Amino acid sequence: MKKQAIKKQGASGQLFWAFFRVGIFGFGGGPAMIPLVRAEVVTRHQWLTDEEFADVLAIGNTLPGPIATKMPGYIGYRVGGVTGCIAAVIAVIFPMIVAMIIMLGIFSRYRDVAWIRGMGQAVVPVVMVMMAQLTWDFFDKSQAALGWLASAVLAIIAAGLIYWLGIHPGWVVGAILVAALLQPTGTKKVEGSA
Amino acid sequence: MIYWDLFLAFFIPNIIGYGGGPAIIPLIEAEVVGRYGWMTAQTFAETLALGNALPSPIATKMAGYVGYEVAGIGGAFIAVAATVLPSLLLMLGALGLLYRHRESPRVKRMSQWVRPVIAMMMAWLTLGFLLESLNTSGAVHTLIIGIVAAIALIRLKTHPAFVVIGALIYGGLFLG
Repeated sequence: MKKQAIKKQGASGQLFWAFFRVGIFGFGGGPAMIPLVRAEVVTRHQWLTDEEFADVLAIGNTLPGPIATKMPGYIGYRVGGVTGCIAAVIAVIFPMIVAMIIMLGIFSRYRDVAWIRGMGQAVVPVVMVMMAQLTWDFFDKSQAALGWLASAVLAIIAAGLIYWLGIHPGWVVGAILVAALLQPTGTKKVEGSA
Repeated sequence: MIYWDLFLAFFIPNIIGYGGGPAIIPLIEAEVVGRYGWMTAQTFAETLALGNALPSPIATKMAGYVGYEVAGIGGAFIAVAATVLPSLLLMLGALGLLYRHRESPRVKRMSQWVRPVIAMMMAWLTLGFLLESLNTSGAVHTLIIGIVAAIALIRLKTHPAFVVIGALIYGGLFLG
């Protein structure tokens, strides 16, 4: 790393403000925030080289869970130890959690007022459109990787298990993950039943 | 025990949810609305709308708010910790192992195989929001808001925050 000289204390402060900026300017969920993380970590502070950044991203993607907390956490730890890790994660998530709690708190206090309730109702179709977009995005990526048939078969089997038989989605997704991990490589993908 | 339930409700989606924060949304809905009934479809939709209008990762915003609603500050803390810590600790602890497997076809296959299932759950959730809206606002308003939102978001690439604000104004004026 280029800036090994920075003291840990100063590093935590820098980490905090770097990821604070990522947190408040990063719209559109975690994956959309990666370029912002890169701008801070590689371009502005040179904590990582381009290559290291790509490695951290690839490693983060081998694990489940939100990418926009794994990257700050890991980079924070690498630059500033445990304090750096905590500073980076808190900076990226905390401000908007507080904003959510305050705004939705005010909103639900006045839910009895008719026009406030109307506002809440009107937002549902918007969320529906956003969810439809995500659905399309995920299905499109999945058909690009697996083909239409395998994607549809996997989706239909999973739908039957989860919504018809009432099996918890955790078991279904977990079984697919295990199957994907254990299935020997080299053979062309046979669709992984759950 | 409420803290344990909260922990599980956010730990499970985050430990199986490959594909970043958005992939976790339908899994969280299955816990928060489906399994534990902490929120109705309507309040979940409202939370998601605000979550999408604000910056920063969606998974932690949802966890923080739901945790707070269910069990106060302690609840928010537990839900956020269950979201962030497991994969972060794994990343810090098993870095060498993960580094060696970062290009592994098996690992790539894990997210590939899970994706259609997540897509299906997202489709299911989309349908749920449609039914909810038909039920509370009726077909005409649902259609108007849905079509305008779709054009704004998909065609015009309007920022989600403005689309949500537009819907709030529409709702305040016509659905009150």
